[in-house]
Amino acid sequence: MPGPNSLYGPVDPAPDAGYTDAPPRMGFFTDTSVCIGCKACEVACKEWNAVPDDGFDLLGMSYDNTGGLTANSWRHVAFIEQATPPSEAAMDVLREAERSVSTQFLGMPSSTLPGETGRADRDLRWLMMSNVCKHCTHAGCLDVCPTGSLFRTEFGTVVVQEDICNGCGYCVSACPYGVIDRREDDGRAWKCTLCYDRIGEGMTPACAQACPTESIQYGELDELRDRAAKRVEVLHQRGVSEARLYGHDPADGVGGDGAFFLLLDEPEVYGLPPDPVVPTRDLPSMWKHAGVAALTMAAAVAAAFLGRRP
Amino acid sequence: MAEAHPVGFQWVMEAKKRGATVIHVDPRFTRTSAVADQYVPLRAGSDIAFLGGVINYILQNELEFREYVVAYTNAATIVTEDFQDTEDLGGLFSGYDPEKGVYDPVSWQYQGHEKHAPSRGDTHTQRETGAGLEQESHGPPVPAGTNRDETLQNPHCVYQILKRHYSRYTPEVVEQVCGVPPEEFRKVCEAWTRNSGRERTSALVYSVGWTQHSVGVQYIRTGAIIQLLLGNMGRPGGGVMALRGHASIQGSTDIPTLFNLLPGYLPMPHHTQHETFEKWVEAIRHPGQKGFWNNARAYAVSLLKAYFGEFATADNDWGYNYLPRMTGDHGTYQQVLNMIDGKVKGYFLLGQNPAVGSAHGRAQRLGMAKLDWLVVRDLYMIESATFWKDSPEIETGEIVTEECATEVFFLPAASHAEKEGTFTQTQRMLQWREKALDPPGDCRSELWFFYHLGRLVRERVATSTLERDRGMRNIAWSYPTSGPHNEPDASAVLKEINGYDIATSRPLSGYTELKADGSTSCGCWIYSGVYADGVNQAARRKPGSEQSWVAPEWGWAWPANRRILYNRASADPHGVPWSEKKAYVWWDAEKGEWTGHDNPDFEKTKAPSYRPEDGAVGVAGLRGDDPFIMQGDGKGWLYAPQGLIDGPLPTHYEPAESPLRNPLYEQQANPTRKVYDRPDNQLNPAPPEAHSQVFPYVFTTSRLTEHHTAGGMSRQLAYLSELQPAMFVEVSPALAEERGLTHMGWAHVITGRAAIEARVLVTARLRPLRLDGRVIHQIWLPYHWGGSGLTTGDSANDLFGITLDPNVLIQESKVGTCDIRPGRRPTGRALLDYVADYLRRAGLDASHYAPLETPGAGD
Repeated sequence: MPGPNSLYGPVDPAPDAGYTDAPPRMGFFTDTSVCIGCKACEVACKEWNAVPDDGFDLLGMSYDNTGGLTANSWRHVAFIEQATPPSEAAMDVLREAERSVSTQFLGMPSSTLPGETGRADRDLRWLMMSNVCKHCTHAGCLDVCPTGSLFRTEFGTVVVQEDICNGCGYCVSACPYGVIDRREDDGRAWKCTLCYDRIGEGMTPACAQACPTESIQYGELDELRDRAAKRVEVLHQRGVSEARLYGHDPADGVGGDGAFFLLLDEPEVYGLPPDPVVPTRDLPSMWKHAGVAALTMAAAVAAAFLGRRP
Repeated sequence: MAEAHPVGFQWVMEAKKRGATVIHVDPRFTRTSAVADQYVPLRAGSDIAFLGGVINYILQNELEFREYVVAYTNAATIVTEDFQDTEDLGGLFSGYDPEKGVYDPVSWQYQGHEKHAPSRGDTHTQRETGAGLEQESHGPPVPAGTNRDETLQNPHCVYQILKRHYSRYTPEVVEQVCGVPPEEFRKVCEAWTRNSGRERTSALVYSVGWTQHSVGVQYIRTGAIIQLLLGNMGRPGGGVMALRGHASIQGSTDIPTLFNLLPGYLPMPHHTQHETFEKWVEAIRHPGQKGFWNNARAYAVSLLKAYFGEFATADNDWGYNYLPRMTGDHGTYQQVLNMIDGKVKGYFLLGQNPAVGSAHGRAQRLGMAKLDWLVVRDLYMIESATFWKDSPEIETGEIVTEECATEVFFLPAASHAEKEGTFTQTQRMLQWREKALDPPGDCRSELWFFYHLGRLVRERVATSTLERDRGMRNIAWSYPTSGPHNEPDASAVLKEINGYDIATSRPLSGYTELKADGSTSCGCWIYSGVYADGVNQAARRKPGSEQSWVAPEWGWAWPANRRILYNRASADPHGVPWSEKKAYVWWDAEKGEWTGHDNPDFEKTKAPSYRPEDGAVGVAGLRGDDPFIMQGDGKGWLYAPQGLIDGPLPTHYEPAESPLRNPLYEQQANPTRKVYDRPDNQLNPAPPEAHSQVFPYVFTTSRLTEHHTAGGMSRQLAYLSELQPAMFVEVSPALAEERGLTHMGWAHVITGRAAIEARVLVTARLRPLRLDGRVIHQIWLPYHWGGSGLTTGDSANDLFGITLDPNVLIQESKVGTCDIRPGRRPTGRALLDYVADYLRRAGLDASHYAPLETPGAGD
């Protein structure tokens, strides 16, 4: 029986979906402060899940030739080269080169990114971040799926059953993060399953297993949230004041993510929405309004009929 | 390290989590720089100036670990008064012979050792044969007795020589040579010295690109000097760690695939230097020196017993004369040039793709096109197997398929998951791998290939009466095989390597059991013990959580399962750990033996107070406080009186190709570098030669995480190829503007050997450096691409010429000069004309080659 928070607000999704004695909710904590951009997560994911290659295109977006999360890339490592104002010594050299060097950041749509200023101790920052499906507490894709292909697992994750998917694509527009995607050749929707077939056997998802620096951590979500909060504290103590969590808060627009992140800059810098909201959040009030409207309409019609009688 | 060794880099990240400072010094901002606390860009090829600056900082501020340095290094040892430094001779050491381009090292010796110096002719032969490689497991021979001044005041002691030698390597000079601002440089010096000493240790980690210079060995030596001065050798958390380029590259020098070595760093016999067995053994053990190397006869006899079994007897010098002899330089680059000259008929290539991976790719391909036959064993049809039909030289008309007479045999190889055996990694640790599945189709293991090749050759010569076939007929070639393809048993080979008592077949427990009387057999003395007690010790996999922090029961490390070499140095001269925190091995006075967390690298019961009698040699000649037991004098060498072709101390020389005049010395480049002056190996001019401005930029190459070396194992895989799908070149925004290069557009890079094209990545990760009053632009290229596979492109190694380090004959393939222009390169014959025009403008032709000695030096 769905509760009052089934479409919005804090909730434990597996019990809410009707599982009794559900195991603890499992998820990813991706700590980008230790990511070295090796892309082992991308390769391990494809190997395990038999995801096809995504084309051989040089994108010129730093070392990112994947481009984003798609039906054929369920992990995506973003590379962000941030040129901050060079130090005075470096500027001297640049002036001597008699070139007006643009510190324009390459490969992103704008040269004035959020967080573009800052650290005085270096004039270049190279951020790397392994992005993935967020396995939202309130998953828009799941809410709109008409076939039941998308379902909530006992671990609180969201999985597509490819043999049921009819390729309608509603889920694609319902995802506030732009994660789920249809494959061009077969039309069906694909995304990260959080390795449902592995975690059911007590194994670690392929990406987390392959990650050499423990940037991708898998575990019980509650525990991961504690760990992440402590990590932010440590980084703040070490002067990394820009460290912040993203997607960890059960009070956010999707009820918190099952896969959340430690970022070193604004979410927009990584191509993440700053304030994601599940599009079905307003369904209850919409239905309420629609109901009121219908009642009003009915009342008006009735009144019209009644009113006609002298 | 994060780029090329991401799995190993997890431990750097782990250390960083615990508060370690990570410093990254690299010409280009890489994935390592991204997570380092300090990134220091420097000019490619200037590392000795940088590290020499660190040495100067240590000595000027007296930050060395003085007690360690006095007791354990040769700082106090007195050198002959005839020694003259590069500071006195414009960049040359005393004894330079401009005719042969080598030194007579007599004046470099320890005082009183002059008569033990190798002659100039020896030095020449040593260079031809890459003899420096023999020193991987031990120091060069010097007699045991030395004169020392432990106050370090004698002007001829090593400490004072070192101090004078590096006194000009000031922060200002570092800036002038490397382009590193003094304040950045000081931060590095402070962090390194602050983290070293009695209570703390620092590790120096390098990847093998560091070795690929005409002064490559001296790069490593400079690092070793710093680590010795700071007391970071033989102690936990210290050391100089070489990250190797592939799995088991350490193993491939221990049990070598090199022309000049036999297993365990025994030298390959040379036809004049090692005419007889006695001369060979004496050349190895050098009667009169200290240490374990004195037992070399036992190692040598046991190896020959492993090779020839019952046919190795005292009467026939254990079969010594069955071994082939070196007659000179048979290194890979000399071989390729010999191929071009038609002197080589056949060639085996195993797991190597020289058409892409070796310097001067065009020479590699033209050489292979002159062979009669070529055997390629690889996972895929690599460029070195298909050069006769699709190399760049087909396009230029230099190779014509119909006329290329090379018969190529391609034999598909099993991958590492499809065969069993060991890997030996950088810590000298052997780890046994099980076979996961059978290789598909005709793919076979290397072991299978060589066993059956040997078997078939032996069948051919079985009835031969020719003397030259006797060795092959007498070789011990019996291994158990199994399965449908008669796969030899790899563990039987490991047992043979470990060695056994011939009478009882009992596996030996270690190399100290080896005998010189022919009663033991051992395939590689340093590996003896890997099958101790008849157990495959390399296959041990006890988790770290179930044993001590040294984890001695994970795999097996040579020698004697010792995890840190020279670990006697972790205790002070009295045998007491330098500090509680860094305790590792120590002297237990009550029991009268050495003990600790690791296997002590010292005679078990030799007390710290032990002093040898006068004239004692071998192991007995080592004092109880001489930790460097494989060195002829028991000391760590700050100064190398022998063993190096290019000098006893590392000195900054410019790379063979450089846009700069050497700011420190009149001598421009390494005066002993190995050169091949030929019309097909033109090197770009460097000052003081004219026209260096034709190639105004410095370029360097390295790897991307997504690909593996020459691409044979990654460009064929979709999941890796899609991640880096095209050859590219990285340039700074300033250089892009200077040359009109656009991001994602095409550019081509030109040297005296080739012009190659690539897509352009304009990035602030490359930045111009200011040095010597001018701005130097650096260009970076990955070297993974070639003509075959899912992603193809021009090969960066085509740009390099052939110049080698004189000690070990490794090529200078991490720095060169070039030009870069927008747009694609010409094709067909026009490409040859295009490069020829650059050669003409640079004044390069067969009439003149840059002399080794730069005019003005040595006056």
